[in-house]
Amino acid sequence: MDLSLSDEQKQLQEAAERFVRDKYAFDARRKIAATERGFLPENWAQFAELGWLGMAFSEEDGGYGGGPIETMIVMEQFGKGLVLEPFLPTVVLGGGMIARAGTADQKAALLAPMIEGKKQFAFAWLERQSRYNLADVSLKATKEGNGWSLSGHKGVVYNAASADEIIVLARTGGSAREPKGLTLFVVDAKAKGLSRRDYPTQDALRASELTFDKVSVGADAVLGKVDDAFPVVEEAVDRAIVALCAEATGCMDAINAATLEYIKTRKQFGVPIGKFQGLQHRMVDCFTNAQEARSMTLMATLKIDDKDPTVRAKAASGAKVQIGKSGKFCGQSAVQMHGGMGVTDEMAVSHYFKRLTMIDLMFGNQQHHLTRYSNLAMAA
Amino acid sequence: MRTNPDAKPQEGISFLLIDMKTPGVTVRPIIMTDGAHHVNDVFLDNVKVPVENLIGKENEGWTCAKFLLANERLGIAEVPSSKRGVSMLRRIARIEPQDGGTLADDPAFTAQIADVDLQVQALEMSELRVLSTMAQGGAPGPEVSTLKVRGSEIQQRIAELTMEAVGEYAQPYQPGMLFHDTNETPIGPDHAPPAAPRYFNMRKTSIYGGSTEIQKNIVSKMVLGL
Repeated sequence: MDLSLSDEQKQLQEAAERFVRDKYAFDARRKIAATERGFLPENWAQFAELGWLGMAFSEEDGGYGGGPIETMIVMEQFGKGLVLEPFLPTVVLGGGMIARAGTADQKAALLAPMIEGKKQFAFAWLERQSRYNLADVSLKATKEGNGWSLSGHKGVVYNAASADEIIVLARTGGSAREPKGLTLFVVDAKAKGLSRRDYPTQDALRASELTFDKVSVGADAVLGKVDDAFPVVEEAVDRAIVALCAEATGCMDAINAATLEYIKTRKQFGVPIGKFQGLQHRMVDCFTNAQEARSMTLMATLKIDDKDPTVRAKAASGAKVQIGKSGKFCGQSAVQMHGGMGVTDEMAVSHYFKRLTMIDLMFGNQQHHLTRYSNLAMAA
Repeated sequence: MRTNPDAKPQEGISFLLIDMKTPGVTVRPIIMTDGAHHVNDVFLDNVKVPVENLIGKENEGWTCAKFLLANERLGIAEVPSSKRGVSMLRRIARIEPQDGGTLADDPAFTAQIADVDLQVQALEMSELRVLSTMAQGGAPGPEVSTLKVRGSEIQQRIAELTMEAVGEYAQPYQPGMLFHDTNETPIGPDHAPPAAPRYFNMRKTSIYGGSTEIQKNIVSKMVLGL
């Protein structure tokens, strides 16, 4: 079997590597993180120009006909560079849900401009009580004339401050944690009654708490079918999880390379510390963990287009378990082997460690996905 | 300070008490992973220190240092703090919502708390055994290095589980909450703001006070004779 990248995919990988090399040296990243927005609009414009915003969408939807492999390639490089631009919320989640569930009008109004770099999105699903259950949603959408009125609270919404539209998961029917009765709404970020509390995250991204106080939207704000959003959301999140796994793989490669370089050059007791067998074996374990993370990410990327939602779910959860485990091992080992330097803000290693840690917490940690995978596997 | 460059390394050091305001002393803050300022680089450039500020005898600083280290390795196991950490973790599990109940209803999570709880108990008894020896007039030996290793692993594990208990709400970075200069309410529950920073910060416990690797070398050589 041939698991190698096509020529076009290799070119995409080279272009992404070049972007990170040119624009995301560690000091450059620090400066970007310190800006108010937390990313550079000129970088986003470059993504549009390079075709990265549209690469995973069908030609019919205005994209370039690529798919999960292309997303994996770009996300891995983003992980290597600790890239801050909001690709995941805008393209993978927002764009993904609009492509899957949107009407032709919605795609024209939202997807096409996004691909051109003119619109950004955020996805608001989490609430205080949700933990990792995508169906644990209480924000209410009640009928108001032809449209709807939304009231409630959403938490840790990535990119809400820069988004033009916020895709909100709301309850239109059913009981508290019932998957049936959920509806997706596309809400103007400047809508009356919508307020935000913005903040940075541990790994220098940007998120917000949102309060919806009788926010009115029209009937055309509904994305997909009323009461039937859950399958769309579950699929979109599984795809986002696989993209996150690719990003984590990039982080692991970078953190391992930095650690390897450190132990080869840092001298103590008269020799580079990499001469000590204890550290050699640990470095090998880091290398092996990164290999397994790459393998599980590839496996999941190859399965994420499967028509069977159970196949997709098991693939996404399986990969998330692996990168939780490997990310933790590589991150913790890198810090340990860097010694005192590893716990300082000035070294890149601690920033990779923070990103890997946050990736594990997003959309379900290792433990959560182990349970999800296990339940699905036992039910088969 | 090295006071005899020609002697063997351990035989040429002395302890001096230096007034931080003495000319020639420069302090440069080091910012940690969590954004906190706890430690610094200190540079000494021709700093004049009065002879009476010598602690103990000249060139006998290593004896002083060894005494400090043996006792540090005992206390640094941080058993009382970790016992509190386990209680706090259970309290948080009873608060954190999941599927209409709390994390306390999730055996996959509570089993992990039980596991680290038992690790703390083993460490506590190991430490009491050493204290008992000392109470009978003995001195803590090189085996106390294992207490430091296990103590640091336990502290790290408790911090890790605590952050995982908070879940997604551990992601917001709230330095005002951490460094006590804000009147704002926290994002998420009260126990959320320190969760991830503490996890990042606790990685130092296996590095400071003699890294885990050094401690294992000491036990390997001085206890096991390898």
